[in-house]
Amino acid sequence: MTKSELILQLAEQNPHLYQRDVERIVATVFDVITDALAQGNRVELRGFGAFSVKERRARAGRNPRTGESVNVAAKRVPYFKTGKELRERLNADDTSQSAT
Amino acid sequence: MASQTVTRAELTEAVYQEVGLSRNESAELVETVIEEMCKALVVGEVVKLSSFGSFSVRQKGARMGRNPKTGEEVPISPRRVLVFRPSHVLKKRINGEEVSAIEGEHDGASQDGQTSSFD
Repeated sequence: MTKSELILQLAEQNPHLYQRDVERIVATVFDVITDALAQGNRVELRGFGAFSVKERRARAGRNPRTGESVNVAAKRVPYFKTGKELRERLNADDTSQSAT
Repeated sequence: MASQTVTRAELTEAVYQEVGLSRNESAELVETVIEEMCKALVVGEVVKLSSFGSFSVRQKGARMGRNPKTGEEVPISPRRVLVFRPSHVLKKRINGEEVSAIEGEHDGASQDGQTSSFD
């Protein structure tokens, strides 16, 4: 599912809304999450999961091709932890266990 | 900075401010966005959101684990786990870097492979 498919899905379920508004709704949701993380805040959506920001310290990395040592600057990375309810839904039936 | 937690309430408020719908309907729409993503993931679909990231489901096999407190060996059953891969754009935004409009448009929810230098 892509963002545009998500928009179509929502538009179908809400025929009274303009597609343009549905697009703005979806954009707003992910913009607000992005902005919150950019400010170092945490985003918690019960039943889905929580987004947070983790600090990564500077480290000496290595260029895997040349073996050269390079300095990797400290940075912040987004982190997602799946919520309990979704984790359970993902493993709800036996078909998922026998797959692979 | 004082860290705050953003929840459905803030998302609802933003949607309410942005689109002229009632708070109630805004809340329902936020819920639908989340629920549609959940449904897709539960059936094993990848959810790709350009300039944000992608969610995919990975199947994990059975393995032996250990109770870290007692040192006891316990079997861990096979399971499905959700993996989030942040896009380029999101990673840059989080580090306060500029994101060009073109980048935002064409970021395919991070299939880069070149910046996978985490952990």
